[in-house]
Amino acid sequence: MDFISILSIFVMACFVGYYVVWSVTPALHTPLMAVTNAISSVIIVGALIASAAEGSVWSKWLGLLAVVLASVNIFGGFAVTQRMLAMYKKKERPVAK
Amino acid sequence: MEHTAPVNPWVALAYLVAGVCFILALRGLSSPATAQRGNRLGMIGMALAVGTTLFAHHLASPFEIGVAMAIGAAIGIVTARRIAMTDMPQLVAAFHSLVGMAAVLVAAAAYLNPGAFGILGDDGQILTVSRIEMGLGIAIGAITFSGSVIAFLKLNGNMSGKPILLPGRHVINIAVLVAIVGLVGYFTQDQSAWVFWTITGLSFVIGFLLIVPIGGADMPVVVSMLNSYSGWAAAAMGFTLHNSAMIITGALVGSSGAILSYIMCKAMNRSFVSVIAGGFGGDAAAAGGEAKEQRPWKRGSADDAAFLLGQAEQVIIVPGYGMAVSQAQHALREMGDKLKEHGVRVKYAIHPVAGRMPGHMNVLLAEANVPYDDVFELEDINSEFAQTDVAFVIGANDVTNPAAKTDKTSPIYGMPVLDVGKAKTVLFIKRSMGGVGYAGVDNDVFYMDNTMMLLGDAKKMVEEIVKSLD
Repeated sequence: MDFISILSIFVMACFVGYYVVWSVTPALHTPLMAVTNAISSVIIVGALIASAAEGSVWSKWLGLLAVVLASVNIFGGFAVTQRMLAMYKKKERPVAK
Repeated sequence: MEHTAPVNPWVALAYLVAGVCFILALRGLSSPATAQRGNRLGMIGMALAVGTTLFAHHLASPFEIGVAMAIGAAIGIVTARRIAMTDMPQLVAAFHSLVGMAAVLVAAAAYLNPGAFGILGDDGQILTVSRIEMGLGIAIGAITFSGSVIAFLKLNGNMSGKPILLPGRHVINIAVLVAIVGLVGYFTQDQSAWVFWTITGLSFVIGFLLIVPIGGADMPVVVSMLNSYSGWAAAAMGFTLHNSAMIITGALVGSSGAILSYIMCKAMNRSFVSVIAGGFGGDAAAAGGEAKEQRPWKRGSADDAAFLLGQAEQVIIVPGYGMAVSQAQHALREMGDKLKEHGVRVKYAIHPVAGRMPGHMNVLLAEANVPYDDVFELEDINSEFAQTDVAFVIGANDVTNPAAKTDKTSPIYGMPVLDVGKAKTVLFIKRSMGGVGYAGVDNDVFYMDNTMMLLGDAKKMVEEIVKSLD
């Protein structure tokens, strides 16, 4: 991919992000932060490439450390989001009314 | 011209699908009903991105990678299970710091082994475009890391929430920022190690300097802003790797954090620049409180409160950070249930900046099993206070202060506030009469004829009210 195609994806994604995030209900802003945190750890892709490659020992170990950090975030981020979202309940109709 | 990593179209397609999954994950959050499905899509997207990467590259060290992921997964899952909901702001700040550090490490790895990332030019040097992307990636990553560490320490109480002001900090900050930008520019000409590592070091320093002067009240903005940075860092690395999943995600997270910062600033009527400049919530803000001497106020007991609440037709509960501190949400829900049994309508009103991060109060109420359709945002409920018998303020202060509407000299002037004073009676739980809110201003609501102050620990007070309601 050349630079301009990548830039196009980026700019379009910014617009998508803008509209999608405005549609998020304020009640879910904390889960939003937790899940964006989890998905921004897609940076693990770069970490995996670094740790999978041959050629530089330093690069490999930096990559592996990054894999650990990003994994904490991925698993922790999605798990904590799931935990929070499971707590949001609608009114259970009536026990005593 | 550029020879980039694998040209397998299926690989590129898989990354694109992962990116779309992430968009849908955020889209799901438009309603609590669809949010869990969205989150699962996010997980699928991540699995796809990781799986594709492992599949598309020759793995020289599969064992080490497996161990690294297992360690990370174990730490992540245990933390996510154990963390108390009141500590979510700290957790999110800590997670941000990890994203930032991961970005720094990846950028450093790419610098040390550019061949593996497909960013070597024909002349054996790193491509110029890649150098800019890498420089930006490592700078933003490092700022995210050190800024988030400070935010974590402040939120977690290891460091005072008061702003720490260094003399001449604006000059220092601007000088460091200019130096970073200059060095990233110079990096395109000279890819020596010293340039790269100086950018890294300076960025760590500026992240620290930027967040240290920001006070506790502005933390919702800071946490959102760092959220945004972690996204831009991922996007910058996505540019380096020509990876659409990373770019889409980075753009999504970047906009998300930016929009949340904007919402938070708006809810405090502060400009983004003034938040970044720092210093808010220190001792400088005595403007409103000074002239007023001791004024009379009424103190009530739990029994009085229970009586008033029990007689009411409608009660609006206004929670704030104090509720989180004393873990009063469960007792509060019990009180709400008791009141409903008495035939009282109970609603909750949430100010956008109540708590230490966006949506913090909503999560705590959800944790305590308060149904989300009883919980309302400021603009949806503010007009209802006039028809409300009791406004029950628990652990909130500045967000109810009418000075924001009337007193032009007040530091919170212009901030949208909940009109609790319009209710027939205001019950205001507060630890003591001495303390003022984070903004350091006195609140006229305390001294109104229809206000009854309930002094004491929020949780204990609510528990006593629950007892008296029986």
